[in-house]
Amino acid sequence: MKKTFLAVALVLLLTVPAATMPARAQTSGQSYTITGAGSTFIFPLMDTWRVQYNNLHSNIQLNYQSIGSGAGINLLEKKTVDFAASDAPLQPNEEAAAPGVLTIPDSLGGITISYNIPGVNGGLKLTGPVIAQIFMGKINSWNDPAITSLNPGVNLPNQKILIAHRADGSGTTYAFTDYLSKVSPDWKSTVGQGKVVPWPVGTGAQGNAGVANIVKTTPYACGYVELAYAYQNNFTYAVVQNADKTAFVEPTIATVAADAAAAGSNLPTADGDWSQVSIVNQPGDNAYPISTLTYVMVYKDMGQISGETPDKAKEVVNFLNWIVNDGQQYATSLLYVPLPDSIKKIDQQGLAEIQFNGSPMSAVPEFGPVAALVLAVAITSIVVVSARTGLNLAPKL
Amino acid sequence: MGDKVFKIAAAVAATYVLAIIVLMVFQLINGSSAIWSKEGISFLTGSSWNAVEGRESYGAAPYIAGTFVTAGLAMLIGVPISMGIAMFMSELAPKFLRTPLSFVIELLAAVPSVIYGLWGIYIFRDYVRNWIEAPLNSTFGNSVWFLSGAPFGLDIFTASLVLAIMIIPTISSISREIMIAVPNSQREAAYMLGATKWEVFKMAVVPYSKSGLVGASILGLGRAVGETMAVTMLIGNATGSSAFPSSLFAPGQTMSSIIANEFAEASAGSLHLAALIGIGLILFIVAIGINIVAQLLVSRVLKAHEGAVLA
Repeated sequence: MKKTFLAVALVLLLTVPAATMPARAQTSGQSYTITGAGSTFIFPLMDTWRVQYNNLHSNIQLNYQSIGSGAGINLLEKKTVDFAASDAPLQPNEEAAAPGVLTIPDSLGGITISYNIPGVNGGLKLTGPVIAQIFMGKINSWNDPAITSLNPGVNLPNQKILIAHRADGSGTTYAFTDYLSKVSPDWKSTVGQGKVVPWPVGTGAQGNAGVANIVKTTPYACGYVELAYAYQNNFTYAVVQNADKTAFVEPTIATVAADAAAAGSNLPTADGDWSQVSIVNQPGDNAYPISTLTYVMVYKDMGQISGETPDKAKEVVNFLNWIVNDGQQYATSLLYVPLPDSIKKIDQQGLAEIQFNGSPMSAVPEFGPVAALVLAVAITSIVVVSARTGLNLAPKL
Repeated sequence: MGDKVFKIAAAVAATYVLAIIVLMVFQLINGSSAIWSKEGISFLTGSSWNAVEGRESYGAAPYIAGTFVTAGLAMLIGVPISMGIAMFMSELAPKFLRTPLSFVIELLAAVPSVIYGLWGIYIFRDYVRNWIEAPLNSTFGNSVWFLSGAPFGLDIFTASLVLAIMIIPTISSISREIMIAVPNSQREAAYMLGATKWEVFKMAVVPYSKSGLVGASILGLGRAVGETMAVTMLIGNATGSSAFPSSLFAPGQTMSSIIANEFAEASAGSLHLAALIGIGLILFIVAIGINIVAQLLVSRVLKAHEGAVLA
């Protein structure tokens, strides 16, 4: 009798914790490390997401390596990471090397034209074609008529413009040259668009921080840097003419979001072809034209990632769902731009499509509750059988 | 038995080094074959560098030139200073100074290059621009071609200066070893003839250790040629024909810096990646060539030294 009692206690001991596990335990609650790699631009936000998500779900660790977008995509092609993060969409040759990848926009960035002209405040007015000419070296002095005519009343010095640009391959360059190619046929035909372009003039620096450092320390320098870096360094930056040519728009979180919201309705679905996607130069009085999306990329069928299990894949999807929804609240404080609802919807639809070896995620059997049930039935039957027959089937206690 | 095991273990370890080299060469050739078949020899001589899809064309000449110009300038500045340091430590310094000095020099050789780069970009660059480049440029800029341009502080000149600072510890500590290896009998003979310290150095030490000193310098050259981080941070990273070193005060690019800059974002299987690996192959060949020459020269002086002791 004592034995039976002990066995019942054992059953309770094993099943009660399993049954009281929080409602989220659609997944097993086991510890997993989600791996991601790619964009350096998103890293500060990704790192905040890692910490915040781990506070909510202590069993999930994120190992994100900010090794550059191209290298991240390379790892995704080799199927060694759960997701990649990139500032530029997959190009046709990359799409061919990694078929079946979903493109999930996870944040937005604005690119400022920052300058350092002693005696001149922020808010210099520039149009797209003028910016293109400056970065091509065709306008090489700050008091060129093309600039002064846009800025009556501003006392611009007769000094050479020193251009600073990115030397490393970069999603920021991709978006900036995308904009210049759209507004200047001259730029499109002589320089073009890419992560690395043949700059006609200027000094190259590593990363946004490198360009920011040049602009900061060099009088009469001008460079393109991400919004966050321009704010952090208290740069003076240009207000840029919008696509409708109705106003000059200051780069802020609100104006970049306005540009992205205008683009939202024209974007493809997550499993579509994103290679030509661009959100620069969208209509709207308040839309800052030099804006860019940054993405996470994940296989639609996660079963092909090496070492992936259905449970872990589910955790990856949960995490990605969290970053495009709840996670967006952390963007603003780090000077990233939160996704507008139209883009969130694309993400949610895309993430709902993720499968594991052909079967949708929700149909994958869940370990936690099922295993607890099986365990309870097994132990109860052992107890019952041993009590009825008098055979000692229960483990010796 | 134990001897046999040891022999085999050592042989395996030695093969490992060879295997790594062979695999490395194989990978470099394999990875860059696309660029050689597309550009052919013009990859070595061309100067256009365009990674924009549909307009791709690659030429490594400006970066090869940039590598040799920066390394050459660094040698020009660094070698005389290194020789002075080595001479002081081996011939002139009082005994109590020799050990701490050589310790400090070797410590400098162990400072990671990224530290030199950071110091260069945040501190040294401003001084170079304001105190050296700007005055030189405003005085001679219009008449002397290699001083023209707009001094930026991030250019071939700054990169070469920092490279020189970086190779001084390497060259001076090896040169010191080589000078110390000169038998005292040589010096004594010269002193006996009434030579001054300088004459002893000139007549006894230098002729004896000449090829060793050249070898030490070439090891420094090897470091300068392969140096990546510090140069990437300081050289200004121009690409294409504007990267040709036309002036000391113009941004340039070296072979290792363009690889460091563009490798991470070059997409797999692209011609861009093949071009970067091709530059890696050129750099590898140059570095190996330099090291072989240095090893030959250094080993020659050491052999001569042994001979002297035996005799």
